[in-house]
Amino acid sequence: METTEHKLPNYLLIWLYLFILTAAEVLFAFEMPISQLTKILCLLVLALVKALLVALFFMHLKFERWRLRLVFMIPLPLAAILVLAVITEKIW
Amino acid sequence: MTHATATVDLMRPPAPAEPGAGVYSNKLGMWVFLASDVMFFTALIGTYIILRFGVSQPWARPNVVLNVPLTAFNTFLLICSSVSMVKAFAAISQGDQRGLKLWLLITILAGASFVSVQVVEYIKLVGHGFTPAGFREGSALAEHAAADPVRYGAATAGLYGSTFFTMTGFHGFHVTCGVISMTYLYLTRVLPGNYSRQDYRGIETIGLYWHFVDLVWIILFTIVYLI
Repeated sequence: METTEHKLPNYLLIWLYLFILTAAEVLFAFEMPISQLTKILCLLVLALVKALLVALFFMHLKFERWRLRLVFMIPLPLAAILVLAVITEKIW
Repeated sequence: MTHATATVDLMRPPAPAEPGAGVYSNKLGMWVFLASDVMFFTALIGTYIILRFGVSQPWARPNVVLNVPLTAFNTFLLICSSVSMVKAFAAISQGDQRGLKLWLLITILAGASFVSVQVVEYIKLVGHGFTPAGFREGSALAEHAAADPVRYGAATAGLYGSTFFTMTGFHGFHVTCGVISMTYLYLTRVLPGNYSRQDYRGIETIGLYWHFVDLVWIILFTIVYLI
């Protein structure tokens, strides 16, 4: 098995990060006196950081070859194109 | 004729087998499935974003209708189950059978608790008047919405109800499938001790699925419950 060749990451540390980021998200959403747009941007950035932590360390993408990473990465721009293409309907 | 075929084979030997992505087929198959699942959830979440920011009438703030603290607890539960899953993976990759059994059992229980909390949440929401068709007539929520249509997004309640239950329902369905698959693996493979330090492909593959479900929930929780 190739995946065990690398040293296993400190999973409990990742868990701690995820926990802190989730608490920060809930605080941001309901306690911070900032504008709605800033709030949405901050929340999306926090969610993306959490998603990246899960993908890189729990799903071990950090330790995989690029060929495998691409399998998962190719749909992401497609997903963005899909949403952006339909959201322009509002503009028309 | 046979001689001719043999000569052609000798002159044009088959191309050397390439290692591909360097992974076994179960794992590659799971990654391809997850890539397709990204598009599936994009369709659902994208529809919600477009409807929510496309309508001209006000949309209800999530914390007015939904029980955010309960779901925040549920998010925490799912993150914990992701950690226990990866601990199960780490245990068997070092040949630790007891660790695998313990951590996988914790993962199954945490996953089942997540679904249970979600069922309780649904029952409470529907009881309060929030249904997939909007606010039920005569319910407490419908009365509040009639008194304060802007805060409760009375005009968009139907869109909100249908998108909310579709998104969270399909995610809950994914979690349920994961719990059933893990229980099956636990009973048929893990308890008899079929996995070893040399071969733990099933654990790694189901782990990938489980972490993906966690990843989708992280995005869903932010978009549906916090924004």
